Amino acid sequence: MTQLVEPQACAFENPVEPYLRTERMPHIWCPGCGIGTTVNCFVRAIEQCQIDLDKLSIVSGIGCTGRVAGYLRLDSFHTTHGRAIPFATGLKLANPELKVVVYSGDGDLIAIGGNHFIHAARRNVDLTVICVNNFNYAMTGGQAASTTPIDAVGTTAPYGVVEKPFNLPFLAESCGATYVARWTAFHVRQLTKAMIEAINKKGFSFVEVITPCPTLYERRNRLGSGLDRMQWFKDNSIIKNNTDTRECDIEFQKPIICGRFVDVERPSLLENIHAKLEQIRSGKRR
Amino acid sequence: MVSGKQDGVLTGAFYLDGDHACAEGAIAAGCNFVAGYPITPSTEIVERLAQRFPQAGGTFIQMEDEIASSIAIQGAVWGGAKAMTVSSGPGISLMMEHIGLAAMAEVPCVIVNVQRGGPSTGLPTLPAQADMMQARWGSHGDYEIIALCPNSPQECFDLVIRAFNLSEQYRLPVLFMMDEVVGHMTEKVVIPPRETLTIVPRRYTQLSPAEYLPFRAGPDLVPDIVKAGDGYRFHVTGLTHDERGYPVMNAGCQDGLVRRLVDKVRKNADKIQQFDADQLEGADVVVISYGITSRVTMRSVQEARARGVKVGHLRLIVVWPFPETLIRKLATQVRGLVVPEINLGQMVLEVERCAGGHCKVVPVPHAGGAVHDPALITEAIVEAAR
Ligand SMILES: Cc1ncc(C[n+]2csc(CCOP(=O)(O)OP(=O)(O)O)c2C)c(N)n1
Ligand code: SF4
Ligand SMILES: [Mg+2]
Repeated sequence: MTQLVEPQACAFENPVEPYLRTERMPHIWCPGCGIGTTVNCFVRAIEQCQIDLDKLSIVSGIGCTGRVAGYLRLDSFHTTHGRAIPFATGLKLANPELKVVVYSGDGDLIAIGGNHFIHAARRNVDLTVICVNNFNYAMTGGQAASTTPIDAVGTTAPYGVVEKPFNLPFLAESCGATYVARWTAFHVRQLTKAMIEAINKKGFSFVEVITPCPTLYERRNRLGSGLDRMQWFKDNSIIKNNTDTRECDIEFQKPIICGRFVDVERPSLLENIHAKLEQIRSGKRR
Repeated sequence: MVSGKQDGVLTGAFYLDGDHACAEGAIAAGCNFVAGYPITPSTEIVERLAQRFPQAGGTFIQMEDEIASSIAIQGAVWGGAKAMTVSSGPGISLMMEHIGLAAMAEVPCVIVNVQRGGPSTGLPTLPAQADMMQARWGSHGDYEIIALCPNSPQECFDLVIRAFNLSEQYRLPVLFMMDEVVGHMTEKVVIPPRETLTIVPRRYTQLSPAEYLPFRAGPDLVPDIVKAGDGYRFHVTGLTHDERGYPVMNAGCQDGLVRRLVDKVRKNADKIQQFDADQLEGADVVVISYGITSRVTMRSVQEARARGVKVGHLRLIVVWPFPETLIRKLATQVRGLVVPEINLGQMVLEVERCAGGHCKVVPVPHAGGAVHDPALITEAIVEAAR
């Protein structure tokens, strides 16, 4: 027989709670959803980064993942679908003292917001972008996305997707990102570490997190529960740091390459702006 | 800001076109962040700002499109900047979702529309006033904005400062509705000394983070603001939200919020209003005009007066909120209201609504590409006086 535990009987406070807007709980995410796992990792990451949390802003677009901003006890911005990156760009340029993290979904960042993503990487604007890739548009009910593997189904691709999905690490690297990593929601330690590295990285840093969306993607594709999916990630991830990102394509139910793929130095947008202003002031550029 | 000191404000008399005057006005207003994307006939504004900002202490960024520009400025505002974006027809259409966000999240910002002929790509290099209803209603949902219409380069300077001031005072997007002729005509522009300009500062809260509620409004229905990085740990969303800024999905919260967003303009309309009135007393006919068409109308009014018609001229400077009370009153005093505009009938619909059948309302439409032939407006005045 199951024993119901009264909430007040919990002896310990959850260590991530100080970083969350607990007054907003319960959150909207489904049981078994991977987004909350990534948020746990993120909270651990910012804790370990030892940055001034008053100077950390979080910007989300729209979607299940887009709700992350609203649950973190930070300056937080829930913007419009696809536009978190240009919002964050304006925020960062207006106050370079801020650390600005964009946290959003695959559809948001890569489909409707894809143009902003590639330009932000090209500019090497000083942002960290965390993309929760659940292989579908979850918030709207599980439609196919620009990340859904070929042959996987979504409500708008009931017979299976026929378009090749984006390879996000390759996209990010080829556009100029200085840091690129991919982990799954199973890899909580590695993910936390990647988030720390990304936050501490100068320029445009990018972390892709593959997560279960058991309510929609896993259910429609008959991939089991959230827990089954975590087991699958455990069994089918190939950890290979520094893999050539051209080899990071994801195919339906084929092993997923994880790791840190890119970690390079490149002048960031802010550095370039400062250098240009110096030239102008010293009369070297009229 | 990423760039230097604020020593670049010009003072004195200059020979400027409206676009350049608008750029100088923005600098004088304290604008220090502009995001834009090139489009005729507005491009000269961002070109001048790109040139001037390094000295004047601002940041210009050319974004990948107008969608990005219109939200980059909002990020900048939450970072503490005074921000503006600039565009025309097609670009303004792309910004509509973010006008709604700025209205919903109460983001003070200025959006300049140098109007050209439409729809679609239309007449890139030629004037129109055909975005007046788009300015008011273009984004989805119920909301209010403020819109101003300058009719000269001098006013591009003077009024863009007022546009910034209104955006700060009421925390909303202000649309600055120029047109191709005003943008490209060159005239004398007098830029007064900086210390004589009235600049409304951002209404930052005096409350501590513990006391502060981001969307609790005072008696003027406008909440005080904060910026990122100051320890308030606040949340901003385009979802319907309560005073804490947290999403609440029900009809009650929607009612309270959306009514306040609308009422902060409607109930303060008297303070926002601005117009020029020329001989309205005792007039048989009043012409209601705005923007470049008001300059053409001056000639028509002179001609009609020479022909013995008692005609007044009401030039709207603030077009939204629409001066309902004034038009209602006028309608009971005159025989006719004449409304020339470079579109096929937009603001005239508002005039008709307010006139409520008390007098004739005579539209003088123009499909765009040029200003009116003044004789057309004169004839309409004479006709309306009969
Ligand atoms: C302009 C616009 N188009 C469409 C939508 C509807 N919409 C809301 S969330 C969403 C998809 C989100 O997918 P993703 O970014 O992958 O986030 P997830 O829900 O999967 O975490 C869509 C299409 C919207 N809000 N705005
Ligand atoms: S629909 Fe999918 S992504 Fe959204 S909360 Fe549920 S499980 Fe998570
Ligand atoms: Mg998704």
